[in-house]
Amino acid sequence: MTLTYSYFPGCSSEATGKAYDISTRAVCDKLDIELKELPDWNCCGSTSYFSIRELESFGVSARNLAIAQEVGGMDLVATCSACYTILAKTNRYFSEDPVLHETINEALEAAGRTYDGNVNVRHILDVIVNDLGCETVAEKVTRRMTKLRVAPYYGCQATRPKGTFDDPEFPTSLDHLLEAVGAEPIYYPVKTKCCGGMLMMTQEDAALRLCHELLKCAQDNGADVIVTTCPLCEMNVEAYQKMVNKAYGTSFNIPVMYFTQLLGYALGVDSKALALQMQIVPVENVLAKVPA
Amino acid sequence: MADEKIAVYFCDCGTNIAGKVDVDEVVKWAAEQPNVTVAREYKYMCSDPGQDLIKTDIKELGVTRVVVAACSPTMHEPTFRKAAADGGLNPFLLQMANVREHCSWVTEDPVEATEKAKRILSAQIHRLPFNEALQPIEVPVNPDVMVVGAGIAGIEAALKLADAGKKVFVVERDPSIGGHMAMFDKTFPTLDCSACILTPKMSALGKHPNITLMAYSEVTEVSGYVGNFKVKVRKKARYVDTDKCTGCAACTEACVVQKVKSEFDVGLGYRPAIYIPFPQAVPLKATIDPAKCLTLSKGKCAKQSCVSACGPGAIDFGQQDEQVELDVGAIIMATGFELFDCEREARYGYGRLANVITSLEFERLSNASGPTGGHIVMKNGEAPKSVAILHCVGSRDENYQEFCSRVCCMYSLKFAHLIKEHLPETEVYELYIDMRAYGKGYEEFYKRLMDEGVHFIRGRAAEVSDVALAPEEEGRLVVKAEDTLLGIMRRLPVDMVILSAGLSPRRDAKEVAQTFGFGCSANGFYLERHPKLEPASTMTDGVFLAGACQYPKDIPDAVAQAGAAAAGALTFVNNPTVKVEPTISYIDPEKCSGCHICVGLCPHAAIQFNAEKEVAEVIEAACKGCGVCVAACGSNVPQQRGYLDKQIFAEIEGALAL
Amino acid sequence: MSTDFEPRIIGFLCRWCSYNGADLAGTSRMKYLPNMVPIRTNCSGRVDPTHVLKALADGADGVLIAGCHPGDCHYINGNYRTAGRYPLMEKLLEQLGLEHGRVRLEWISAAEGDKFAKTVTEFTEQIRALGPLDWGKQFEAEEAKTA
Repeated sequence: MTLTYSYFPGCSSEATGKAYDISTRAVCDKLDIELKELPDWNCCGSTSYFSIRELESFGVSARNLAIAQEVGGMDLVATCSACYTILAKTNRYFSEDPVLHETINEALEAAGRTYDGNVNVRHILDVIVNDLGCETVAEKVTRRMTKLRVAPYYGCQATRPKGTFDDPEFPTSLDHLLEAVGAEPIYYPVKTKCCGGMLMMTQEDAALRLCHELLKCAQDNGADVIVTTCPLCEMNVEAYQKMVNKAYGTSFNIPVMYFTQLLGYALGVDSKALALQMQIVPVENVLAKVPA
Repeated sequence: MADEKIAVYFCDCGTNIAGKVDVDEVVKWAAEQPNVTVAREYKYMCSDPGQDLIKTDIKELGVTRVVVAACSPTMHEPTFRKAAADGGLNPFLLQMANVREHCSWVTEDPVEATEKAKRILSAQIHRLPFNEALQPIEVPVNPDVMVVGAGIAGIEAALKLADAGKKVFVVERDPSIGGHMAMFDKTFPTLDCSACILTPKMSALGKHPNITLMAYSEVTEVSGYVGNFKVKVRKKARYVDTDKCTGCAACTEACVVQKVKSEFDVGLGYRPAIYIPFPQAVPLKATIDPAKCLTLSKGKCAKQSCVSACGPGAIDFGQQDEQVELDVGAIIMATGFELFDCEREARYGYGRLANVITSLEFERLSNASGPTGGHIVMKNGEAPKSVAILHCVGSRDENYQEFCSRVCCMYSLKFAHLIKEHLPETEVYELYIDMRAYGKGYEEFYKRLMDEGVHFIRGRAAEVSDVALAPEEEGRLVVKAEDTLLGIMRRLPVDMVILSAGLSPRRDAKEVAQTFGFGCSANGFYLERHPKLEPASTMTDGVFLAGACQYPKDIPDAVAQAGAAAAGALTFVNNPTVKVEPTISYIDPEKCSGCHICVGLCPHAAIQFNAEKEVAEVIEAACKGCGVCVAACGSNVPQQRGYLDKQIFAEIEGALAL
Repeated sequence: MSTDFEPRIIGFLCRWCSYNGADLAGTSRMKYLPNMVPIRTNCSGRVDPTHVLKALADGADGVLIAGCHPGDCHYINGNYRTAGRYPLMEKLLEQLGLEHGRVRLEWISAAEGDKFAKTVTEFTEQIRALGPLDWGKQFEAEEAKTA
């Protein structure tokens, strides 16, 4: 049976996180998950917007939820963890605060829309692991990723603050998914640590320090590759390795992939269709370890 | 009925009521209400002169009904009913109007409060003409007492009652009494040896002629009524004849299964499948763990060496659980606490990182009779060079338990002292939110520990990690925390981390409370009758609370509450009879059509069907006065004394009269 | 709708849980709206649908019934009777033309003073939004019409 969802690609899917969007669509196609892209979606309201102009960003976020309601009220799936968190946060505040509820609807009305608060916001990891299930994924694997040692990096937002689909501090759903495709999830205790996020623009030292810990822990525990669930995590951990090396005198050159890319590879999707060539640290050598 | 003379008394309660409600206005208004003969204001109605007002008016003005507008009836209804009775009026002709808890304390606006007070009062003024004189029902009280749980609180309560000459049944779930206190090494702040002060009490309990000890037993059902509880107890099979067992422990040494994780050593040590939990156990009897014993679990044990080792022939594989029924007049609950499950706090790595241990594990580790003989060592057998003690694990945390567990600061200090005593060179870090050293001698103990060179860091630990970022962190645990006094983030490399876990309610506290007919607070601990004045009683008459089952408390407080619970139970069972509210149901046989609907609905099986007369009948001794039958009857035949339909109707009319 | 409409509400509180919860709100000095007058019964199971009808007919704009949480009943299962009876009563009230939301059933324990205070305020606002009921007057008008 086909699982059907509304899909919120988010802004990064059109730029730095293009590979995440491409691989997600390819994987869902293989797994019989139908993603219907939200028509006329806009910014999720994330970034520093939320800290500076909260009400406006709630409004921006709620417009997406209102559209999701208009197109049938299916669960709204986000790939980017920041989009996921902010849409879910808006949902929660919207249902808990009657004043906010009214204010936002007033704003939406001006654009001819309304929102009742009944759309569920989901992360793509949650959908694959909990709606489809690791067993189903395992059945469809055509390339067992044996011998591949993978650091499952969830990032700080996917399971926080309250851990709607997994433990907020020590989640295991991605670990289980990796096992389902035959890979070996390594011991990675920093799995929910911050990647530095937007600090990379403003407080580079702090962000590099955080990235350094993530990379060192992966290397110390023998990871071949780090997989991520968020475009910002992917960007920081992959693209800033040279700067980390410079700051800490290290020589990291660890491949980083979206978990959907690795999953797609295991499902037999063509490398191009997974946008593997877009990765900065080449992944070919690592994937070559996988028995044909 | 139209000739009733109602007296209204409006209590100022100092400023508690008068500070919000315009008492003059309400009293003036009340005086003009139908049937009201006199309406008075008084500063404190519960004082003797206040009560005398009621008595005098009954005698001199011929008052026939009384309403006291004051605090909650839960507080002072008995006081005023007694005053009415002393004045010669049937106490059930008095009603209270709760204008304090339900009005003056909860209403912002004085004008609105005054209006609400009138409505509350009006409801009672309208109700009173329909009140009937009732006689309390007296039932005999069984003088025996049951104590559930035999940690320090239960032991203390049982001994007090037994010494006072009462027959006491002690029901304990574990094979031995002693509870958590038996597991501890030292006690704060005096550093008394825990076992040394506890075991004399344990053996006194075991030998007391007035005490029947039922260890390894659980209460399964409580029925009956106030002063006359019927309790069903399941004595779990020990597979050992306790009359024959001498506690010599020869069987435990002979058993072929030696590696069962010991409950008493919280999994740090091992016990055999047939075991005595610890050498000072009371009763000193062996118990077979049916899940681990090869004979009982697999159906065959080649050697059955316990059987051959046992001189008196006490082993009995055919033993069955036994059901025992007890009749008692009062019950003391002393079921204790359990430790917060540290695995829930994943950031600290308990269960994942080898040398992260719980406070209870440390108690066993530092105990001379524990699995390491009192040596404080890591999993590899080496002594730690540095130890971090993390306060408030699970406590003061809205993700888990919002409350303060009250004992952790002090036992953490005790741990630091013990480490310093055993390993003077070891560095000890205490990471705390606030130091709560509130008891006698506690602050002094804190001061002493500062002098002993323990490092105190004010900040809740953020995480315990095994990710080394510096050479000195390699192979060690790193505690990350914000030092809020220095205003910096710290990474502390240590060898061992002790989680000072909070105290949680027992997992089954709610079900147990239901079995006994009382409730739990929002935090899951048993709910006391009054947080200040009756902390050792429950809402169920004759059921009392002692120790950490009510709220986390240390040994002195648990012992003190046990004394209070024992005194409460003693007072209760020392009276030959107890008065029960006569607000029970009755059925007019002339009106009953015999439809049966009430019979099946009665929660207490207090309605039986008289087949001969074809009517339902209330068994008065069994009826507890819920009124379910009254509301259920299609023809309103059953009525509840004190809560007649006409009384409730009148109350509604009164409440809506203005 | 008139904004100075002050709803009149009758609250049936069971003696063991909800009445004590209301007392706790008091001792904790929680503030809530003054529109509800409490009536104490031993158990929420004592509340007869006729009590509710009587209150509404006598001028109440709303009725709250509050009892122990399921499983916590002082009388073992009296509150289950309430829970069973309540939907039937709602149906009856609906047939009598009453808007949904004028009668509410809540489980409030002796430890839930905050829930009690919140419930009363929230319920009062809900009734305020529904407006006056004036059921008694409606009946009188009906009778006058048929007479």
